[in-house]
Amino acid sequence: MRIAAAFEQAKAEDRAALGIFITAGDPDLETSKEILMGLPHQGVDFVELGMPFSDPMADGPSIQAASLRALKAGTKLRHVLEMAAEFRAAHPNVPLILMGYYNPIYIYGVDRFLDEAVSAGVDGLIMVDLPPEEDEELCLPARQAGLDFIRLITPTTDDARMPVVLANSSGFVYYVSITGITGTRSASADSIADAMARIRSFSALPAVVGFGIKTPEQVREAAMHADGVVVGSAVVDQLAASLDQDGRASASTVSATLALAKALAEGRHRQA
Amino acid sequence: MNDQTAMNSYRNQPDEEGRFGIHGGRFVAETLMPLILNVEKAWKESLTDQAFLDELNYYRKHYIGRPSALYFAERLTAHFGGAKLYMKRDELNHTGAHKINNVLGQALLAKRMGKTKIIAETGAGQHGVASATACALFDMECEVFMGAEDVERQKPNVDRMRLLGAKVHPVTSGTGTLKDAMNEALRYWVSNAESHFYIIGTAAGPHPYPAMVRDFQSIIGIEAREQILEAEGKLPDALVACIGGGSNALGLFHPFLDDESVAIYGVEAAGKGIETGDHAASLTGGVPGVLHGNRTYLLQDEDGQIKDAYSISAGLDYPGIGPEHAWLHETGRVKYVSATDEGALEYFRLCSRLEGIIPALEPSHALAFIGTMIGDMDKDQVVLMNMCGRGDKDLGAVLPILEKQGLL
Repeated sequence: MRIAAAFEQAKAEDRAALGIFITAGDPDLETSKEILMGLPHQGVDFVELGMPFSDPMADGPSIQAASLRALKAGTKLRHVLEMAAEFRAAHPNVPLILMGYYNPIYIYGVDRFLDEAVSAGVDGLIMVDLPPEEDEELCLPARQAGLDFIRLITPTTDDARMPVVLANSSGFVYYVSITGITGTRSASADSIADAMARIRSFSALPAVVGFGIKTPEQVREAAMHADGVVVGSAVVDQLAASLDQDGRASASTVSATLALAKALAEGRHRQA
Repeated sequence: MNDQTAMNSYRNQPDEEGRFGIHGGRFVAETLMPLILNVEKAWKESLTDQAFLDELNYYRKHYIGRPSALYFAERLTAHFGGAKLYMKRDELNHTGAHKINNVLGQALLAKRMGKTKIIAETGAGQHGVASATACALFDMECEVFMGAEDVERQKPNVDRMRLLGAKVHPVTSGTGTLKDAMNEALRYWVSNAESHFYIIGTAAGPHPYPAMVRDFQSIIGIEAREQILEAEGKLPDALVACIGGGSNALGLFHPFLDDESVAIYGVEAAGKGIETGDHAASLTGGVPGVLHGNRTYLLQDEDGQIKDAYSISAGLDYPGIGPEHAWLHETGRVKYVSATDEGALEYFRLCSRLEGIIPALEPSHALAFIGTMIGDMDKDQVVLMNMCGRGDKDLGAVLPILEKQGLL
């Protein structure tokens, strides 16, 4: 319900909802928790919290590096769930979505993971390596447990495949605006507009754009056409740039990362 | 095939979803799903396309040099003093290993699909060289992803690929090993989805790759079965092959899976010893998980993070194994054992000295296991191993060690 409410509120204010991605535990648990807790105060409407994985095969260099930093700092899946619970206690209404790869969840145990995610107040999941063909693994159990399962639509998803991808998806539809990995290139406003129209012809769910959106201006352009916009790699890059030589948090890590989130949140308003 | 036969056969996997028991599947990003569905469709069509099969057979015969010989290793047999040892000589293939069997099949499939750009990952460089070779032959662009460390260690193969016209991308992400090369190849494919065909080098990855690679490699076992029947008038008592991802082993094993009298052994790389943790034995030392598009046994920690594999043999140095092996392990049809670096080195030298065949380090692992069991077998029994690659590529790694041990 929190996800639907956030999009309704954005719509009522004639703007897009802004989602920010950060990797849990990057560069360490305490710092990433502080950033996570601060995001809603910058105008961020929903949060995608990355669960670090050793082999993030759909991610570009920025988020790969973030994953490795988080793992090096000792981040475990249970820490991510603990962070989620703390976030929920502080921000009862802000949607929180966990994003990552299936193997850590599979090893943790799907039932145990879903129980704990629901208890922690997680709203939805985005699993990069679970296409509809593997819905029985996690998608259907997650839906049963009351979590949204948010699916990625890509430029390679044609009209024949669209209904397959959307069949068991919920929450919102996440349009990957480039054929590529996170944080590399950017899509044109025209192609985003076309894709949004195409998705809306198949689904009543909010349509969100992500991958390759880096600046407040790009957020604004995407916000003209989309119900929501997600920025990930640019935020992770900002965080990385603030680290000291050994890759540890500096005095400016939290403030610099949150400052970018605030600037990006300005872009969700459709007028400058 | 009627249902009864189907239920009793080990040879009718995977199911429609690409599952071998719980293993296999299609665990890939949505960007890739339409592509692998296309690959599956094209592959299935090719199975009954006589023109395609004729072309494949033409290149197998005239380009690869198939059928490869089945050779009775007389001096090794005498040395062991037990069962007769036969070698399937796939190291005599063009490019020096079994990899070309699969690459030619997939390259022809890519051609059939109208793709002119090829992606490949490689560890030791054998699959990269085979891919670069096929791309030269069929006038295709070739992009090879290889761990940065392997690029240094396997310079002769890197040079071969460059000479053949391929572009070699050194991979520094992650830990810069074969698994990272595969991650990077998948990332590149996601980014160039419409134009490129990804030739996976082993019987792993998302469906249909495990089944498709197995089928292209099964020519090894089909030939070996005929050849051993001709040579010995009976089936072998045991098959042995080394396993990294496991494509040479499946190629040999698959046509024999329903022959109950044939014992089958897959030899994983035990590196410095399973107990040290420095090994690449996914079945012996791993648990089921999901990576690179399939569920299979993986070396991983208790939080599901993938561990680095270790073996002196770069071709076995992978933290996973093809999903069909995972299933054959669970059904008990194939016994999975392991051999250490030390064992492989010993037999690398022994096979060179006794047979005049310099084996790659990978099949040296198979020989090392054979050394532990063949002497106890009867003299009228037969062991057939897959000599899946030649050892020239390994001289740089092996010779300093043998010199240090005073064995040269």
